Amino acid sequence: MNTLKWTYDVDGSDFTRAGEASSAVKKNLRKLGVPPEVIRKVSIALYEGEINMVIHANGGVITVEMTPERIDMVLADTGKGIPDIEQAMKEGWSTAPDEVRSLGFGAGMGLPNMKKYSDEMRIDSTVGVGTTVYMTVYIK
Amino acid sequence: MTPIAFAEKYGLRVVSEGSGGCREIEGAYLSDLLSMVMGRAQENDAFVTVMANLNTLAVAVLADVACVILCEGIHFDDACVARAKQQEICVLESDEPAFALALKLGRELGKC
Repeated sequence: MNTLKWTYDVDGSDFTRAGEASSAVKKNLRKLGVPPEVIRKVSIALYEGEINMVIHANGGVITVEMTPERIDMVLADTGKGIPDIEQAMKEGWSTAPDEVRSLGFGAGMGLPNMKKYSDEMRIDSTVGVGTTVYMTVYIK
Repeated sequence: MTPIAFAEKYGLRVVSEGSGGCREIEGAYLSDLLSMVMGRAQENDAFVTVMANLNTLAVAVLADVACVILCEGIHFDDACVARAKQQEICVLESDEPAFALALKLGRELGKC
């Protein structure tokens, strides 16, 4: 079994640094010759997740595992959790603060974009404990 | 048409050349909501916006657009310009509103 694994700590205190993990993953996938359309899906899904971790959970840990067939991403945080996942998945629904909105986010597009650009997605969340998002993009 | 050729033809300022001399503009996307751009802009689009912060550049890289065009005379600060150059992102600036730029892009793309 040929598996590559990368782990990134997401800094929750600096919004302008959000995207560093996604950019690093994108670079790795490019070097490995992963098809551009797969890289684009992973980059977008992961960046939206990374932004969510910074906005809502004060950061967390991203783990990316790649095999020749698939790329699995796990985004784990110990933030406040999502009380109603079905509601949170609706486009336009957002609980982001005003300062985040003024930077161009908080439009309620994050989770819908993650679902759109991943082939599989599952969210485990417990209020007061944290949220873990599992996303998979197939290479073949 | 490359972003640099577009800038030369229509008098836009080139703030960061990046990869703008060697990739083609294939479409255009106009929005200031970065999450919307992330989900809907296509690879090699010209991304026209007034949203000038570091996250704009992160979105440009990850959505793989051909260039960022700041309109309405908006400028990136020095930190953003440095980041754009470091990440080889083509950034253009214009004093015109988004609609005027959209018409020019549309003309070059054969859409109007």
